[in-house]
Amino acid sequence: MDLKDKLVSSFLAFENKVDVDSYVHDVRTDAIKVFEEKGFPSKKEEAWKYTSLNKILKEDYSVFPKQENALEYKDVKKYFIHDIDTYKIIFIDGKYSSHLSETTHDGIDVCLMSAALTKPKYRLIIENYFNKAATKESLASLNTAFSSEGAYIHIPKNKIADKPIQILHFSTGNESATLLQPRNLIVAEENSHVQIIERHQNLTDNPVLTNSVTEIFAKKRAIVDYYKIQNDTAKASLIDNTFIKQQRESVASVHTFAFGGKLTRNNLNFYQEGERIDSILKGVTILGDKEHVDHNTLVHHIEPNCESHQDYKGVFGDNATGVFNGKIIVEKEAQKTNAFQSNNNILISDKASINTKPQLEIFADDVKCSHGCTIGQLDESALFYMQSRGIPKKEAKALLMYAFCNNVLSSVKIPEVKYRINKIIANKLGVDIGFNL
Amino acid sequence: MSKYTEDDLREELKTKEYEYGFYTDIESETFPNGLNEDIVRAISKKKEEPEWMTEWRLEAFRVWQDMEEPEWANVRYEKPDFQGISYYSAPNSKPKYDSLDEVDPELLATFEKLGISLDEQKKLAGVAMDVVVDSVSVATTFKKTLAEQGIIFMSISEAIQEHPELVKKYIGTVVPQKDNFYAALNSAVFSDGSFCYIPKGVKCPMELSTYFRINQAGTGQFERTLVIADEGSYVSYLEGCTAPSRDENQLHAAVVELIALDDAEIKYSTVQNWFPGNAEGKGGVFNFVTKRGLCEKNAKISWTQVETGSAVTWKYPSCVLKGDHSVGEFYSIAVTNNYQQADTGTKMIHLGKNTKSTIISKGISAGKSQNSYRGLVQISSRAENARNFSQCDSLLMGNECGAHTFPYIEAKNKSAKIEHEATTSKIGEDQIFYCNQRGIDTEKAIALIVNGFSKEVLNKLPMEFAVEAQKLLEISLEGSVG
Repeated sequence: MDLKDKLVSSFLAFENKVDVDSYVHDVRTDAIKVFEEKGFPSKKEEAWKYTSLNKILKEDYSVFPKQENALEYKDVKKYFIHDIDTYKIIFIDGKYSSHLSETTHDGIDVCLMSAALTKPKYRLIIENYFNKAATKESLASLNTAFSSEGAYIHIPKNKIADKPIQILHFSTGNESATLLQPRNLIVAEENSHVQIIERHQNLTDNPVLTNSVTEIFAKKRAIVDYYKIQNDTAKASLIDNTFIKQQRESVASVHTFAFGGKLTRNNLNFYQEGERIDSILKGVTILGDKEHVDHNTLVHHIEPNCESHQDYKGVFGDNATGVFNGKIIVEKEAQKTNAFQSNNNILISDKASINTKPQLEIFADDVKCSHGCTIGQLDESALFYMQSRGIPKKEAKALLMYAFCNNVLSSVKIPEVKYRINKIIANKLGVDIGFNL
Repeated sequence: MSKYTEDDLREELKTKEYEYGFYTDIESETFPNGLNEDIVRAISKKKEEPEWMTEWRLEAFRVWQDMEEPEWANVRYEKPDFQGISYYSAPNSKPKYDSLDEVDPELLATFEKLGISLDEQKKLAGVAMDVVVDSVSVATTFKKTLAEQGIIFMSISEAIQEHPELVKKYIGTVVPQKDNFYAALNSAVFSDGSFCYIPKGVKCPMELSTYFRINQAGTGQFERTLVIADEGSYVSYLEGCTAPSRDENQLHAAVVELIALDDAEIKYSTVQNWFPGNAEGKGGVFNFVTKRGLCEKNAKISWTQVETGSAVTWKYPSCVLKGDHSVGEFYSIAVTNNYQQADTGTKMIHLGKNTKSTIISKGISAGKSQNSYRGLVQISSRAENARNFSQCDSLLMGNECGAHTFPYIEAKNKSAKIEHEATTSKIGEDQIFYCNQRGIDTEKAIALIVNGFSKEVLNKLPMEFAVEAQKLLEISLEGSVG
């Protein structure tokens, strides 16, 4: 039985197990139908031209984790941003871990999707927002059909989340292969502000496939800052679907740091539904081994006077492959749009490859849209200069690569996150430099 | 006098009818509609082709039958009915003439209307013309001058008779029969086209040129062009198209193959102005063309195109940079107006070491048209030090048109250097204001700006062609180009 059949047939069992009101039930039933019809995307689809899921789908994933597993904080401390105080929503094998987490209902809601889906007091929010941003794309639908757990964050009007929120997913490899489908909903009401850090971590060598969906709603003048840290083991694959709906004058930024994993696919979608919106998409990708990362972004400019900025940097070594597929759509009404997209890549090995496809689809005439992409190498003369000053070649290379990525890092607003990223980069490049200059 | 605004310009563009929409009444010999093996055989027989050519066509036809029309392009149109087309039509007034005086005067009048009278060209421009009206070449001029240098420039059907060894060796090597749906169709039914061979070390003394026109009602045009530049030679080849008005859609599926052997250089320039359909988007030519060039060591192929016509354009002149140090260039202006749709661009396939490619693409969309750039830059793992620079600029006039960019960049070698940039903009009010303030009226200002926008590409056209290109731009964007 292949994975698709297995998922479709286990859907019924799943629906019986969770007791939910009819609204979500209908959404799920519709979603499984969409998935059943479309199946997993194949390379024949334009959006999946450079990424094949075939190998990953061959594993025999267990869809529902059977037993709970506890982790000690000291064992996993290194995966936390632990030097600052944060709210934490921690999942182990898809199950909420109350003893590692720190949630709140004091002024803001930082809690669980399962609570939001079942408790009557969240009913209105769920009906208004749940699955309202996600598209009917097959993998997002699959997640919708099985959505039961994840983070639920609600920041009311005029509130500022007093500390950043960390969402961590650990997989302990209890089962031979695990499929995780976390579902997050984040609603930032008018004038609110929230910072979120998300990370997926596999703790063993057993394969894990995570198919995650995050829906974010940024209302009038809300500010949402989202950081995704992807630095997983060689057996972990991640398909991340993020959908962000923005209302007027809101600012939403997503930083994606992709440092590894067997296969990572980031579907990042922004919908601008008001005027004077700013959307920021930034990413650093540093890969080695046989890792594969696919960034698939969409910015949909629907209303006038909005901006979007995309900046993705990639360094590819060994047999790594990188894909960047960025799309900007500017609708007829979206006059005075200012959209910018850039994708720069460095190949440092003969066997690494990069496929990039920055697309523009423009239907309005009074716009400023530009995109650029480059593929190149480290500057030999700069390398030589540094070596002549006594910096060893390896370190000199690392410094250049760090400088190459710095544009993206400089816009990270939480210093501790930046330090952590710097550390991971140093580690990834095999040097012992702090980069915290 | 009221101010001349962009709106006025758009209004003018909408109402401007296709000037070259006339129809010359020449008696033609036309095959019945439809396509099957017998028709393919009949075309081949009609052209007195040798056995291997017939077989080659049939092979292509068999492949074509199993193929499906591609749908990935960003264009919407009603699929042509391939059984409703006549696959062969030739002007009746054969055989060939030695001098122009013998040519059917009506035909000469046609050319005069187009402003490309043979006499003029012959006397003044020094351009040899292989004039193609409805698929069969009627007059080949300057053949003798070229022959003295060993240059072979003739229709492909003649070449199949006279130089079968060359045709057999090279035809289908760059664009194989089964390359794509339209290339397969073309391989099966091509009626005529040009053949050109430049011997070793010869620098072709003049610009070679052909004009294509679709003339007979309901006939498809299936041209086949083969240009071979032998080691160390140089040739500049011009191709221009105009077609008369027709209500039903006409199909044009040409194949152009260029082969540049070691150290050779081919410059291929196209001005395409098939009938774009009227202001309501009715009629117009479907232009589904496969153009590709192969570069051997140190060779260079340069494509320049000005695309102003056709209801639907689907065209990607490409370069396969096989030899080390070879160079590929692509310069394009695509203008769309009313309901025209263009999906055009290039492919640069870098296989050899130290290969270089440059892509400059300018898209201008007006009215309700859609203009797409679609390009591929591919660096194979053995292509050390490959270099690419791409630039795609779009200019939008009015908010009912669209500009799209779909660049594909695939790099498999770490020493590759690739740059791609694209911009989309409209004519800035400040630019127009600046011109106005210097005493240049708005119409002229727009002309000036559009001209400046396309200058990089227009500059690449040979002198003789630049005038024609400007004329054609005028039809598409009347009042915009000075």
